Amino acid sequence: MPFIPHTDEDVRAMLAAIGVESVDALFDEIPAALRAGPLQGVPRGLNELELMRLMRERAAADGEYLNFIGAGAYEHHIPAAVWQIATRGEFYSSYTPYQAEASQGTLQVLYEYQTMMASLTGLDVTNASLYDGASALAEALLMAVRAHKGARRVLVPRSLNPTWRAVARTIVHNQGIELTEIDYDPQTGCSSMQSLAAASAAEHAALVVVQPNFFGALEPVDELVDWAHAQGLIVIAAVNPTALALLKPPGEWGARGADIAVGDGQPLGIPLSGGGPYFGFLACRQALVRQMPGRIVGRTLDAEGRVGYTLTLQAREQHIRRSKATSNICTNQGLMVTAATIYMALLGPDGLADVARSSHANAAALRELLTSLPRVESVFDGPAFHEFVVRVESPVATVLQQLGAHGILGGFELTHHYPELGQALLVCATETKTPDDLRRYATHMAGVLSS
Amino acid sequence: MTSPQDLKYTDSHEWVRQEPDGSVTVGITDHAQNQLGDVVFVESPPAGRQVKKGEECGVIESVKAAADIYAPVSGEIVAANADLADAPEKINQDPYGAWMFRIKPSDPAELSALLDSAAYEKIAEADKH
Repeated sequence: MPFIPHTDEDVRAMLAAIGVESVDALFDEIPAALRAGPLQGVPRGLNELELMRLMRERAAADGEYLNFIGAGAYEHHIPAAVWQIATRGEFYSSYTPYQAEASQGTLQVLYEYQTMMASLTGLDVTNASLYDGASALAEALLMAVRAHKGARRVLVPRSLNPTWRAVARTIVHNQGIELTEIDYDPQTGCSSMQSLAAASAAEHAALVVVQPNFFGALEPVDELVDWAHAQGLIVIAAVNPTALALLKPPGEWGARGADIAVGDGQPLGIPLSGGGPYFGFLACRQALVRQMPGRIVGRTLDAEGRVGYTLTLQAREQHIRRSKATSNICTNQGLMVTAATIYMALLGPDGLADVARSSHANAAALRELLTSLPRVESVFDGPAFHEFVVRVESPVATVLQQLGAHGILGGFELTHHYPELGQALLVCATETKTPDDLRRYATHMAGVLSS
Repeated sequence: MTSPQDLKYTDSHEWVRQEPDGSVTVGITDHAQNQLGDVVFVESPPAGRQVKKGEECGVIESVKAAADIYAPVSGEIVAANADLADAPEKINQDPYGAWMFRIKPSDPAELSALLDSAAYEKIAEADKH
């Protein structure tokens, strides 16, 4: 039976009951110019054969690009088994079933996910995920301000993803929380201690430390964490989960470690998919667990002493605590997290480290190839993970367009968010690239710049 | 359990005991702990904090709910019961012994506005229905 809740007759009866002429009349308050008309170019109905043909044509029109754009979403190889398993009927649901008596398998997967993320971040507890990295950051800022019980400003480095900063600002601004931006050192691209020292720590609740940062550079995390703790600030780590397979986990940064860690889980087996759905992760120390938003799955024993899994610490959530809940987010990205858990389980710690290592090696090799070209220069001089910034002599938008004509997505243009860097380009290479791919990019870059 | 006669009460289910040194000790009533069920977490205000009468200054979390604790009088928090961090169940076991925090009142007139045990029991009784 098709899901059509109201027949024409139902609609007429409802309109008659409230004395309104038509459904459209209910929307009179919205100016006509702001209302969406019928969708353009969408046929009324197609059979499956016609639809498949149309979609194949549309997909072919997009082309098959060699992709060197990262900037927050990363192309990694996803073993075929990941989505084969994730889309099994037992897991594949648009809704996460939380009833413990009916969902032990799902709850156990979430519990395993939490265990893996706690291990990757080196922190005590994690929730069952949030929407994406940017919203996870916003939740971490809210957590830090609640826990600090004083200041309502947070220190956020400009070397953090500008989109994350914008999303976080939008979310926390309505609660009277402001972000103070910390500039980066023009030499290294990393948070500048001078800029930090100039900010009045006493007015702030937290410092965000990003690793690797938006420019791909590795920040001096130990120094930053120790500085922040000495000022009485809560430390929020914003991290790439792939990089954590190689780098020191946030829980071990500096003398005391970061207090909260957040990030986007997309690199862990989630396809780029034009920007989503992804998932956000959030981990923290035990002492902050009651400030942590979202679902948490716990492991327990039933009345007969058997192991079981169930949602726990729900008193923080809005169905119990109403407007005083830690967040209005009361859900998680169940399917994405299922895929990520399978991805991490298939790769294991060594496999994930291999992905990180070969991504790093490819990016380093490409940086070498590109910066040895005339009219290309490296912008920052420190170590990097799998992304780096170069400056080109021609307008970067034109360079990217011309590379595109050769089937290459050359990187992310930085001129809008970081105009001070000039014609700068953020380039990423992951384990998906071969030495031939890297040479092809460098060859075309040389051609484009000399034309 | 009847409400001890030597204590004062609020209509938000806190009890208040006047100490010889002029401070007041605050906890939650037997009726309140009974309604909450098994208490699993207690957050008391830190010593040194200034509170106003009726201000939210703590949280008690049970297996089925979380409730705010309100300051019964204005003043400065002079102590919090650290024992409850590791043994929140004491609130259930001994509600009139498991105190949460002490306040040094800034306006003694507020003390006389608190309820006596008979008045509180009427409120608690009405709350059950």
